[in-house]
Amino acid sequence: MSSSLLQSRVPPTLSFSSSIAGTKPQWRFTFSPAVTFTRRTKNSTIHAKIREIFMPALSSTMTEGKIVSWIKSEGDVLSKGESVVVVESDKADMDVETFYDGILAAIVVAEGESAPVGAPIGLLAETEAEIEEAKAKAAGAGSAPSTPAASAPPSPPPPAAAPVAAAPTPVATPVAADGSRKIVSTPYAKKLAKQHKVDISKLVGSGPFGRITPADVEAAAGITPAKSSAAPVMAAASAPVAAAAAPAKSAPTFAEIPGATIVPFTTMQAAVSKNMIESLSVPTFRVGYPIITDALDALYEKVKPKGVTMTALLAKAAAMALVQHPVVNASCKDGKSFTYNNSINIAVAVAINGGLITPVLQDADKLDLYLLSQKWKELVEKARSKQLQPHEYNSGTFTLSNLGMFGVDRFDAILPPGQGAIMAVGASKPTAVADKDGYFSVRSQMLVNVTADHRIVYGADLAAFLKTFAKIVQDPDSLTM
Amino acid sequence: MQSSFSLSLSSASPITGRSDGGATSTASDLFFSTTTAPSQLRFCGLRREAFSGCKSSNNALLLKQLRPSNKISASLSGNGTPSKGFDYDLVIIGAGVGGHGAALHAVEKGLKTAIIEGDVVGGTCVNRGCVPSKALLAVSGRMRELQNEHHMKSFGLQVAAAGYDRQGVADHAQNLATKIRNNLTNSMKSLGVDILTGVGTVVGPQKVKYGKVGGSETLITAKDIIIATGSVPFVPKGVEVDGKTVITSDHALKLETVPEWIVIVGSGYIGLEFSDVYTALGSEVTFVEALDQLMPGFDPEIGKLAQRVLINPRKIDYHTGVFATKITPARDGKPVTIELIDAKTKEPKDTLEVDAALIATGRAPFTQGLGLENVNVETQRGFIPVDERMRVIDSKGKLVPHLYCIGDANGKMMLAHAASAQGISVVEQVSGKDHVLNHLSIPAACFTHPEISMVGLTEPQAREKAEKEGFEISIAKTSFKANTKALAENEGEGIAKMIYRPDNGEILGVHIFGMHAADLIHEASNAIALGTRIQDIKYAVHAHPTLSEVIDELFKSAKVKSDVPSAVAEPVAV
Repeated sequence: MSSSLLQSRVPPTLSFSSSIAGTKPQWRFTFSPAVTFTRRTKNSTIHAKIREIFMPALSSTMTEGKIVSWIKSEGDVLSKGESVVVVESDKADMDVETFYDGILAAIVVAEGESAPVGAPIGLLAETEAEIEEAKAKAAGAGSAPSTPAASAPPSPPPPAAAPVAAAPTPVATPVAADGSRKIVSTPYAKKLAKQHKVDISKLVGSGPFGRITPADVEAAAGITPAKSSAAPVMAAASAPVAAAAAPAKSAPTFAEIPGATIVPFTTMQAAVSKNMIESLSVPTFRVGYPIITDALDALYEKVKPKGVTMTALLAKAAAMALVQHPVVNASCKDGKSFTYNNSINIAVAVAINGGLITPVLQDADKLDLYLLSQKWKELVEKARSKQLQPHEYNSGTFTLSNLGMFGVDRFDAILPPGQGAIMAVGASKPTAVADKDGYFSVRSQMLVNVTADHRIVYGADLAAFLKTFAKIVQDPDSLTM
Repeated sequence: MQSSFSLSLSSASPITGRSDGGATSTASDLFFSTTTAPSQLRFCGLRREAFSGCKSSNNALLLKQLRPSNKISASLSGNGTPSKGFDYDLVIIGAGVGGHGAALHAVEKGLKTAIIEGDVVGGTCVNRGCVPSKALLAVSGRMRELQNEHHMKSFGLQVAAAGYDRQGVADHAQNLATKIRNNLTNSMKSLGVDILTGVGTVVGPQKVKYGKVGGSETLITAKDIIIATGSVPFVPKGVEVDGKTVITSDHALKLETVPEWIVIVGSGYIGLEFSDVYTALGSEVTFVEALDQLMPGFDPEIGKLAQRVLINPRKIDYHTGVFATKITPARDGKPVTIELIDAKTKEPKDTLEVDAALIATGRAPFTQGLGLENVNVETQRGFIPVDERMRVIDSKGKLVPHLYCIGDANGKMMLAHAASAQGISVVEQVSGKDHVLNHLSIPAACFTHPEISMVGLTEPQAREKAEKEGFEISIAKTSFKANTKALAENEGEGIAKMIYRPDNGEILGVHIFGMHAADLIHEASNAIALGTRIQDIKYAVHAHPTLSEVIDELFKSAKVKSDVPSAVAEPVAV
């Protein structure tokens, strides 16, 4: 089934697997300078041997999936491309294949149970020796923050004692085994609790006859009933967060400041964090360049009524420059070679509700400005409604980040792992500029700053690229052609 | 026989023509005479009936019954004169949709007709069923649309928060019922059907008495009698209905309250429709279903999709595989309690405490006080046993002459339009033409948002039949997502599915889930009724852009093996 993947594939796709210790290769972007990406290969992984099999997103609207059946059982040897599990989405049942060879070490989500998109449903070990380790991980999965849906409403806290496992079918009879206290909760309250990972047994109902109402769950989840997607601040006392054992990590301990509120990372934020750490393994350097934008601004005013955005203009300019400097569009995947990319896919960082995502303008060099602008509009809309397809946010070959609209005059970006370069664009401001004859004039000028992987992109490459870019921007007529 | 040949020829597609008209009709009889009734038909009490009876004369008669019934009378100014020695040619007990359909057709046939009604004209359908529920569902459909901000936004519409006035909604349902009831009454009066008020009782062969309970009774004689007394909501034992917090569809349709949380016992189409209404009006719903799966009567694939759209995203949860053994209404400050036991182990499973419970466990025939003992008829679970021609069978297995039973009371297919079709079939027979109704061509619909509709066999039924009879089946499917009109309406959710025989192009069943599915099914049900093959109907033209193109696509996507000549020419009754 082409649309179903288990593992992070090399080409742009949503990846469902990665090593536990490594990164979660889904869409992870930080707000601000740093933009991180799917790690495409396992090369940089430290413990690449045990991979999580994630609940795949089988459709754009899928937020959780139900395991219809495991085709393979624990201990089975899997080879790439084999169907492993049948997942029921909101649309259909699909076979899900593995993209790695290995041994199905542990099934984390059993048949008939559901898991949010992106949550680990099984563990894949590379060798038999690691099966035990994987099993231990699976057993500890209760405390490990299983990743809730990336596209789910923001911020499900790390589940306490695996709420999914604790109440496998909240729909059915949460009461059956509980003789001590009868918990009555309405159907919608149960749904909300599941969605927001609220342990319903810990709530006190305020409804008729003491039943738990949707409002009770919303209050516990810290969301306003108006369905606002405001960041749910988990009150430590009322939510299961308190009980959530932090993943066993030898992180330094910091002094606790009384009264602080702990807000766990959302899936997206957690992934950003991991990718940021990972980016430290890439040797980067930065080159800045001032560019006069009067001509660009004039062009922008002209094409603005036709729906062209500054983002599209910059992306187009960058793409045109990249055509002439393919090395800047390349990436270094294994530390031993250049990977020259066929297409020029410009990823653009977009801040989104406490997270960051980089919708990708594919083949930005080939599309004209208007198509590009239109495409961009669609992507932003999809990002907003969380319907970006994996290939629409992880297929970038070069990234553009623009903080100019906030008045930032310069900044530098963190290079997303898997790409060769990222461009940070500052605000265009009236600046006194002296020309080569020594005459001063006031021109609009912006500073761009490119961060690149010095294993493949050298100073001169970047300088040449920036010169080309500046030329295009300063004489932007070619952009409209 | 002869007449049917010409009709089937004339119904053939003008583009392809039909070369297989008469020559093979005997073959078809042979073919079907060897068939056995496969599996179950949801609406069929006596399942075998629907699969047998392949008289080719069906075609002719079916054509007739498709005519709009309220136009019939133009040529007939009044009720006929009775046969010698009888007060009436035909007396119908029960003036529901079945009785009404029969009465109108009887007048057209020149029969002197009387209809006895003990309650109000229109029966369950008009007063306590299909009609008022459609009014509520019309409201719920609009509420859903208005509440769906995303949907409205995608149209570019801005709507302030939608609200409703419960009494206004209830009045709409009541007014609709009243209007339809008056229409029905007037249509019979204008034709001169005698409407006799009171409870009708069969006192002997061709004899009926009627009158108010406790009042004087009148004895009348009739050449033929049709029992069409319908059904009442079935209330399992242990359930205490108080009409306020524990209710049946009869009460629910009055919409006297909109409870915050209501349990619906039974997830058939009655339960589903009410869940649609209640959730649209803000209630939360819990289904209690005895079978392991919700929506047991539907094609499994359709049921699964319907669950994804109609249940999962809504404020609904469910308990399957459980019986509600005891339901106590709310009283003394306590909520409605529902005791559930496991359907298989019979062990107590759970007790629900909710605001209200709607009993939608089906309907029970209303056959008491009919005087059936006077003609030696014993009911089976309340249903009156009949043969495929709706002739009543007595306790010795013999036909009771001149006594027929149609509609819910015989339990063959508990649908208003099926009752009416059965009534017309009976009238055809008593006026001298043999007629057997093909129940497999009768469509059914569930008016949720979006709607579900079906005709013929479900996929498992078709597979079973195919295996028994040794033929292949194929499935064709189309999606509403590809339909222009559906997309214009932002209602791309839905599929249409057809089960057919690839060897001869016979349509075995069609199931639709999607916008206006109930209206779309008739193209398929007519094709089944008339025996139209896929290879013929696929050339029929559909207006663009319309939802009917979903069905067009469905026919066109079917792969009929062209090199195999149609072995069976008359496909009507399967």
